[in-house]
Amino acid sequence: MTALIEKPVREPGRWAAPPRPVWEEPASKAGLASKGLVLGIACLAILFPLWIVVVTSLSSRKTIDEAGGLVMVPKDITFVAYQELLSGGQVTRAAIVSVLVTVVGTAFSMTVSVLCAYGLSRSGSLGHRWILMVLLATMFFSAGLIPTYLLVQTLGLTDSYLALILPSAISVFNILVLRGFFMGISSELTDSARIDGAGDFRILWQIVMPLSRAVIAVITLFYAVGYWSAWFNASLYLNDQDMMPLQNVMIQLVQKQEAPVGLGQAIKTGQLSGLAVQMAVMVMALLPVAVLSPFVQRHFKKGMLTGAVKG
Amino acid sequence: MSHSTVPRSRTEADTTAKTPVAPGGATGSSDGRRGRLSLRLRFRRDRVLILMALPAVVLVLLFNYVPILGNVVAFQDYDPYISDNGVVSMLHSPWVGLENFQRIFADSSFWSAVQNTLVLFFLQLLLFFPIPILLALLINSVVRPRVRAVAQAVLYLPHFFSWVLVIAVFQQLLGGAGLLSTLLRNHGYDGLDIMTDPNTFKFLVTAQSVWKDAGWGIIVFLAALASVSPDLYEAAAMDGASRWRRMWHVTLPALRPVIALLLVLRVGDALTVGFEQILLQRDAVGPGAAEVLDTFVWWNGVRNQDFGYAAAAGLVKGVISIGLVLAANKVAHLMGEQGVYKK
Repeated sequence: MTALIEKPVREPGRWAAPPRPVWEEPASKAGLASKGLVLGIACLAILFPLWIVVVTSLSSRKTIDEAGGLVMVPKDITFVAYQELLSGGQVTRAAIVSVLVTVVGTAFSMTVSVLCAYGLSRSGSLGHRWILMVLLATMFFSAGLIPTYLLVQTLGLTDSYLALILPSAISVFNILVLRGFFMGISSELTDSARIDGAGDFRILWQIVMPLSRAVIAVITLFYAVGYWSAWFNASLYLNDQDMMPLQNVMIQLVQKQEAPVGLGQAIKTGQLSGLAVQMAVMVMALLPVAVLSPFVQRHFKKGMLTGAVKG
Repeated sequence: MSHSTVPRSRTEADTTAKTPVAPGGATGSSDGRRGRLSLRLRFRRDRVLILMALPAVVLVLLFNYVPILGNVVAFQDYDPYISDNGVVSMLHSPWVGLENFQRIFADSSFWSAVQNTLVLFFLQLLLFFPIPILLALLINSVVRPRVRAVAQAVLYLPHFFSWVLVIAVFQQLLGGAGLLSTLLRNHGYDGLDIMTDPNTFKFLVTAQSVWKDAGWGIIVFLAALASVSPDLYEAAAMDGASRWRRMWHVTLPALRPVIALLLVLRVGDALTVGFEQILLQRDAVGPGAAEVLDTFVWWNGVRNQDFGYAAAAGLVKGVISIGLVLAANKVAHLMGEQGVYKK
């Protein structure tokens, strides 16, 4: 699983098919058509709902009423819903909370994970097998929801944003992926730096990290998406509604059909459709992820698999 | 300082004689088997590395290992109101032996949760598991690099959405006021609310999982497919194998170890079926159809504050899960596959 040879990219920047090897039979029309159809349907099943969400969030009350609900074809584009949501009030605060928790949490998780992965990356170092065992074993069991809840309570983390970061800060899988990548870096580079008098922190910062940009981008994305998407810990450990992150506000909004605090007026006076508000919050939740993940996409395969299975 | 080039065949005496001379940190090299340094020297050499691993180890010990001790409340009539501090409450709560477990096994809602969990597990195995394999074969047969990249970008996308968002999207499409219902009503039929229907809930959950994660699932298979040597295909073609026979005799054998590994992982995790996803919809559908083991623990512990009871249920689940992981691995080894860990 480790040696992944990407197929060589032929004819970069073109949609045309590269030439087939001589031994391969030419593509049949029916085969191509059915492949295209299945792939098209699969992609449409993902994109069509998102399209409706985005378009409805940008529609005026009139358009939404005419369509009898969700809008499929945009008629007039208006940003009223976003203006209302971002002009202070519950959703604005929730979005800020989510951004802050994600940024601080990801920075913390990455720091701890990269340090640990490097610390365990030199084979033969003292105790690294033991530490690895301690980490790996956690992939086979879970202490359970209730004991974890009681622990967080005992540590006094309830009603603190630390409860959204610390219990979920470490993913052993991510550490293993980073470690696998670090181990692949030629030891000649690190050894020569060591001979030149560089310490481990310096080697990590100036040699290992710059060589590992791809995997670091992938793992950063994984951690960031984890923090951005999390809602359960907030529902468990936070009691103050004003502290809730975006996902939890979205639950109230979409599932319980409650208008966000402070927005009720705009909806009642008829300028704004409640549906557009719901959709706008959904767009706010999906936008950062949808924008960032394609950039990291080309590293996924490498990041997911290099050394994830190395002992 | 030339010792990083010292060949491994050098005698032990040679290396040990050398090491103390070299300054502390500089002795470390990528090969630790060379020479037998004393523990003290190895610690001096590697202390920075250990220090670096320490924060993560502390976090894992604190949040993954320490809570194991908290499972003692499963044997207590735990009273959370004794103190804000869980440990103090634990020390003052009365012990009840196996009473919580007896209550669980006599509780019909527990067995209903077990049944729902197992039904969902098998349904997902049947309807979810094959889809990423088929999609990966399809994507792999697409030779145009641009088409491939775009399709992959789209298929991976929903994996990064939160469950809250995925369920919100389904709500807008299939809910009582959603797209499908509106369309039906506009054409004179009765509207229907799939999101709250207990009878179809298991299929709804499976559909949501497929929508969110089936695309992401192909990544592992694509990697396995990319590592198949093109020579194999060429040789097979030379021998007159058709496209389908090449897929059967070359492609599928290449995927077999990955499929086995993922099956082992899935079976080991059989009692965990989408906790967040189901919890979010539990109130709308009702516990009869939407209670699984994890939500059973949540409901009894967090909502009903019956912590001893909930912890006991969690413990039952945890112990069976460990058994399942080990058993699934055993089966994989017997079948000649590698499984999660080596023999």
